[in-house]
Formats: sequence, structure tokens, C-alpha cells
Amino acid sequence: MANGVLVYVEIRGGELTNSSWESVAAGQALAAGLGTTARAVLIGDGAGSNAAKVAAKDLAEVITIEDAKLATYTPDGFAAAMVAAIRDCDPAWVVFSHSYQVRDFAPRVAARLDRALVGDVIKLKVEGGNVTLVRQIFQGKINADVTCRTDAPGMISLQSGAYRTDAARDGSAPTRALSVDLGSVRIRWTVEERFKDVKGAVDLSAATRIVSVGRGIKSDENLGLVNELAAALEAEVAASRPICDSGWLPMDRQIGSSGQTVTPQLYVAVGISGAIQHVVGMKNSGTIVAINKDKEAPIFDLADFGVVGDLFEVVPALIKKLKE
Amino acid sequence: MKIVVCIKQVPRRDDLLRINADKSWIDESSLSFEANESDAYALEEALRLKEKHGGEVIVATLGPSDASKTIKEGLAKGADRAIHLCDSTFEKLDAVATAKSLAAAIGPEAPDVIFTGLQSDDLGYGQTGVLMAEMLDLPHASIVIALETSEDGKTLRVKRELENGWFQWISMATPALVTIQSGINKPRYASLKGIMGAKKKPVDVRTASDLGLNADALTPREAIGSLYLPVREKQTEMLEGDAETVAAALVARLRGNGVI
Ligand SMILES: Cc1cc2nc3c(=O)[nH]c(=O)nc-3n(C[C@H](O)[C@H](O)[C@H](O)COP(=O)(O)OP(=O)(O)OC[C@H]3O[C@@H](n4cnc5c(N)ncnc54)[C@H](O)[C@@H]3O)c2cc1C
Ligand SMILES: Nc1ncnc2c1ncn2[C@@H]1O[C@H](COP(=O)(O)O)[C@@H](O)[C@H]1O
Repeated sequence: MANGVLVYVEIRGGELTNSSWESVAAGQALAAGLGTTARAVLIGDGAGSNAAKVAAKDLAEVITIEDAKLATYTPDGFAAAMVAAIRDCDPAWVVFSHSYQVRDFAPRVAARLDRALVGDVIKLKVEGGNVTLVRQIFQGKINADVTCRTDAPGMISLQSGAYRTDAARDGSAPTRALSVDLGSVRIRWTVEERFKDVKGAVDLSAATRIVSVGRGIKSDENLGLVNELAAALEAEVAASRPICDSGWLPMDRQIGSSGQTVTPQLYVAVGISGAIQHVVGMKNSGTIVAINKDKEAPIFDLADFGVVGDLFEVVPALIKKLKE
Repeated sequence: MKIVVCIKQVPRRDDLLRINADKSWIDESSLSFEANESDAYALEEALRLKEKHGGEVIVATLGPSDASKTIKEGLAKGADRAIHLCDSTFEKLDAVATAKSLAAAIGPEAPDVIFTGLQSDDLGYGQTGVLMAEMLDLPHASIVIALETSEDGKTLRVKRELENGWFQWISMATPALVTIQSGINKPRYASLKGIMGAKKKPVDVRTASDLGLNADALTPREAIGSLYLPVREKQTEMLEGDAETVAAALVARLRGNGVI
């Protein structure tokens, strides 16, 4: 019978990702709640060389899968390897972090096993052997309790920050190289080197104050208001994704999972709803101010000071006050 | 080149969401609807491919009968025809069942390229495209922010967004599926001529049984229990009053703790 928890530990650019430790912590918590143990699997180049770090955690086993076809990441290769790992371990639950790589290959695993992959989970609740998963819907405006209705394995991917990296308990686990036959797997990608766009000339990570503008600004003609507020605060201007998508501000002003990560002393979010992909880029800022007309906007969940109101009234008043 | 683009109809972005009485879903009665954001970019990318290579663009939508408005808009912008998966058994599907249904409708068309958005703004599974690729045995690329095609249209070279400002180009042969990230292009508006012409374009309405889908295939693998508003964990000080009052209060707070 399916048993235990299998945690996928991701290697990016040769290193273990930070969010993988969050997955390990979640896998340990889930296993403890179910009275079972957790194992981890590492796939691809660097699996063997990184295994020792993972084996220093409280896990029943660390499995590594390496193969010429897994030297660089492809969804074809990684989905096949992950399916092999699941078949080998027969886990009751599989835990991933909700990274871009996992988003790219884990649904293939789910389709192959005809199981649900409950994505972007923020919390696990275990009660009497039943697992309830909490995920955000409507871009973080509403939470939903979700359960899996099929036989094992249940698969989940965890939203970044759902568990603390340092919550992963230490221990000592044996490692095992699992050899899988990928002979029949077709790798259908031709892969080029990863790169950073050199245009990303503006480094906002050093900014002490940031005024960040979102879709609430309505039109690029209104950006002057935000520039004025930034000038009055001696702050840099940044933005949520839709502002950059529309070309109103250059891409290198974007904050979030696909933009920059910033930690200024002051972050003023103007007309930004607070979707997780934005929040991951600014949640560690010192003082967070949110100005939004919707009192339920998720951005207020992490603001120190919140103003529910029309930015076209609040921002001019703020500029005036700052200039006094 | 035959291109299918999956467009989901979702509640309009600025509409106020209310959870319904039994907490099973939101109250949809007061909402208006629109095309999912990344799907609008996917449609534009499909139309540009057709402009370069010729062929046809087919919109595929699974949704209630009033999703026809979003379908019409796609046709008005330039898609040639649509497939509308519309049947009460399609209500409340999870990602796997949605992908199975769309794959059952799209597969027989044997398109060269299938586009989906990377994520829906309501359920936000972020999976439907990749699931479909696996079900149709196609290669895929996800979170794509630029796309090039070879002259003969047989190879796609796409720029994938990775985390923290990293990117990567990959190439793959068609037929293939691509999930589109918002911002890849500038979506066009429908022209008056397009809007008039859309009325005459064919919309093929399909039910589950038309597609040979039985109840087992469509049984959700994951079930949504109850919906609720997130509980705030941080002590946010909400500043209240008219604009002048909150501005004064905010400036005082910020000066008080030394950030300005
Ligand atoms: C894979 C992936 C990666 C992503 N990467 C990023 C990223 O790096 N960065 C990022 O920001 N997003 C990213 N996104 C998009 C993200 O999910 C959200 O869609 C985006 O952050 C929303 O931007 P917004 O808050 O400006 O817009 P919206 O969500 O539309 O919010 C606008 C807000 O303005 C408020 N408002 C409207 N009018 C007024 C007014 N007059 N006065 C006051 N308030 C007003 C509204 O109440 C609303 O809360 C990504 C998405 C995906 C799927
Ligand atoms: N009901 C649907 N009808 C048409 N396309 C859909 C539907 N559900 C999902 N999709 C497509 O799949 C993408 C990802 O959706 P999701 O997996 O729900 O985040 C969307 O952007 C759409 O392109």
C-alpha cells in the first residue's frame, strides 16, 4: 500500500533552491501528521553532489536520479524521472515547491498518473489521517479548502513562503542512487543557455524607498502622480507586472517573481492588489504602506499602514502633506 | 498553420467577489465576465502566427452558455471559428478534467500549435496547458514571453521566463503546445468590421457525450470544500478619514518611525 511522503528537491544552476527546504519542512510536517516518514528525491546534474546536504535532514531516505538525458532540465526528461521515482517509492503524498520548473513538468506527472496536483498550496491540515489543503484562488482574494478524492498519490505544490526554510528538521538519512531506464524517453527540446536580460540596468535592490504602482493607476497618463509622490519621498519608482506588460514602465522596474526582489525601508504600494507573484518580490520590505480602494485587497494582509481609498484623492493629498 | 487558442471566461478583474451562502463558490449573479488575461495575449500571438504563415485560428472555450460573449470577442478580433464545450457536466471541473475535455475537442483538429494562457485568474491551477500537452503527447513550453517560428513553421523557438529575471530560449518541432505569459505582445482591439463579421463565423457547440467523455473521466480528482476570506496575520494599522486626514496621519507615522 502506498505509504509515506516523497519530497521533490530542486536543483537550479547547480544549487539546491531555497524553496526546496520549505518543501522538506512541509513534507516532514505532513509525514508527522500521518504517522509516517518522508523521503526526498533529487533529479538531474548535481543530484549526487547535493544529496549529502539533503541527507542531513530528518528524512527516511534521499534518492538521486542522474542520467545523460537529465543533464539539462527538460520537462520530458524530468517528468519521466519523477514518475519513476514515484513508482519506486509508492508514496501516499508527493510534495513539490510551486516553482516555475515544477509548474513546467509536474502537471505532466499528474496527467500520466491521472491524479490531481493541488497547486500553490499555502497550508496543510492533517486531522485523523485526512489531509486538507488550503490554496488561494482569485489571485489571493479567497482561500479554498481542497481535498484529493482519488487513491494515492496525492500531489501538492507549495506556494513560496508557506513553510519556513529553517523549519526543516535536521537528522541523518541514507542516500540511494536510483537508476532509471530513460531509453525510450524522447527529449523534444533543444535548450539554450539561461541568461539574464542585460537591460535590467536599474538595480532596485539597493533602493531605500520605493513607490510601486499597479493597475489601479488606470492609464499611463496618470503616472505623473506616482512620479511626483516618489520625488516627494525621495524614492525609486517601481511597478507591478501589468504596468510593465503594457509598456508604461520598462521591465526592469517590475517587482515580483519574474522581476526584482527588493527590501527597501519603505515600500508604498499604490493601486496594487497584492497577488503572490508580486508579494514574493517585496514582502521583506521594512515598512509597507498600501493604498487601495478595495478593503479586501490581499496587499493589506502584509501592510503596516493601510489606506482604503481612491488613490487619485489620497496620493495628491499625500504629496501636498509631504511638501509642507 | 492551424492554431488553436484556449480562452477561459473569468470574472472581470475589478468586480467585487462575494462568497455564496453555502461557501461552495462565489456568488456569480452580480458579476460580469471577460477573457482571462494571459489568454488575451495568447489569442494575439495566434493571430500573429496566422498573419505570418496563413492558415486558421480556432478558439476553444469550456464554459457556460454565456461564455459565448468571450468567444464572440475572439472571433471579432480575427479568429476564424470556435469550439464551445458547453454542457452542465462540464461545471466545476478540476484541472485534469478540464484538460481532458479540451484535449478531447482539440486533439481531432490536429493543430500545429496550441496556445493556452499560463494561468487562469479565477481557479489559478496553472496546469491546464501542460496537462493537455501530456494527454495529446505533444511537446510543450510554459511561461513563454517571446516566440519565433522558422520560415516553414515547423520549428518554434520560444523564450521562457524563469524566476528572478532569468530567461531561456528553447526550440521544439511542431505540433506543440505553448503556455503564454502576459506581456508577450500588445493585444489588438476588435475592429467594427471584425465585430460585424464575427456574427457569421461558426461556433461548434459540443457536449460531453459528443466528445465521448464519461462521468469517470470528468470526476474531479480534487474537490473544493469551503471558501473563505484569508485571515490577516499582520497587525495592519488602517488609517481612516478623508484624504487630508489619512495623508497627515500617514506622514506622521512615517516620520515617527524614521523611514522618511
Ligand atoms: C508566473 C507568473 C509570474 C508573475 N510575475 C509577476 C511579477 O513578477 N510581478 C507582478 O507584479 N506580477 C506578476 N504576475 C502577475 C500577478 O499574478 C498579478 O496579476 C499582478 O501582480 C497584478 O497586478 P496589479 O496588482 O497591479 O493589478 P490588479 O490585480 O488588477 O490590481 C489593481 C488594484 O488596484 C486597485 N484600484 C483600482 N482603482 C483604484 C483607485 N482608483 N484607487 C486605489 N486603488 C485602486 C484595485 O482595487 C486592485 O486591488 C505574475 C503572474 C504569473 C502567473
Ligand atoms: N474552461 C476553460 N476553457 C478554455 N481554456 C481554459 C479553460 N480552463 C483553462 N483553460 C486554459 O488553460 C490556461 C491555464 O488555466 P489554469 O490551469 O486553470 O490556470 C488558461 O489560461 C486557459 O488558456
